[in-house]
Amino acid sequence: MVTEAQVWDALAEIPDPEIPVISLVDLGVVRAVNVEDGQVRVDFTPTFLGCPALEVMRDAMADQIRALGAEPQINVCLDDSWSTDRITPAGREKLRASGFAPPAPREAAAPTLVQLQSNAHRCPYCGSTETRLENIFGPTPCRSLRYCATCRQPFEQFKTI
Amino acid sequence: MNELEQQLLLEIADDELILGWRDSEWTGIAPLLEEDVAFSSIAQNEIGHARAFYELVARERGTTADGLAFDRSPDEYRCAQLVELRLLDWAQTIARHYLYEEADAIRLERLKQSDDPEIAGLAAKIDREEAYHRMHAQMWHDRLQDEPRYVAALEELRPLLNERREHTSELPELWEEMTMVRRSQPAGTKW
Repeated sequence: MVTEAQVWDALAEIPDPEIPVISLVDLGVVRAVNVEDGQVRVDFTPTFLGCPALEVMRDAMADQIRALGAEPQINVCLDDSWSTDRITPAGREKLRASGFAPPAPREAAAPTLVQLQSNAHRCPYCGSTETRLENIFGPTPCRSLRYCATCRQPFEQFKTI
Repeated sequence: MNELEQQLLLEIADDELILGWRDSEWTGIAPLLEEDVAFSSIAQNEIGHARAFYELVARERGTTADGLAFDRSPDEYRCAQLVELRLLDWAQTIARHYLYEEADAIRLERLKQSDDPEIAGLAAKIDREEAYHRMHAQMWHDRLQDEPRYVAALEELRPLLNERREHTSELPELWEEMTMVRRSQPAGTKW
């Protein structure tokens, strides 16, 4: 009989399909795990709604649960429950170490262009705050592009949502 | 969810789907590499939002998001004429982007107050993504607001924002392209 802890451990082994340095559990997309009569229900809260990785994540979770000998039920929550604040401290550190600046904490109001254009964002390579916004958008919906004037290195900044 | 709410969600979903397709037409040919990236990303978000709204309606109607997105005929779409046009002019593209994001923000704000927690929750999530689209639109609006071509484009396109009763001839043409692959296979095909 599979336990909830085993399911959490198994899900923590699944890498994010686009940024494989962090796991789905680090990313905070697993909201709840329930085990009942050999069936495992996972409440999955998607990141960006247009992210093509969502279906890959859902299928990977189902496969991982089947490998534990249980029947998966992945419940996709189309609500406001995922935020970049759900990325775990360990996940944030793994992102930074791989050259992705982790997202700034979420505030009550939506982020503004003035904030994005400020130099409050730290370069993940050298730690300098002498960085500037190059593009609000980046290679995937979750990232912006910035440039560090100190180490002259462009880098990807996680958007805060 | 009552019929009126379903119609409203379909209206929004159709706007986002069609605009997503039109925005994606800048992929590879935008005047600046940065904008190639930006419009491709915005298009991806809009189509994701369309899918989420279609899913809510599809559940009520016993169909699927893909069924709603691609199996209706062009005259059944409820999108505004503004999003239907194939615009390969940068001033017009930015004017449309600005007009659309302004109007969409008001609509999302209302949906966030919905009594239906699912609709309110989804609108809140989408609004947080749209905040970045609004920043982008505002940045370009500020840059171009004194350009006569841009001012003229705003004037020309503004009336199309609320024109939903009839479609332009560009919608059926887009529909042909958009549904071509899906129509090439029998209904129920697993992709």
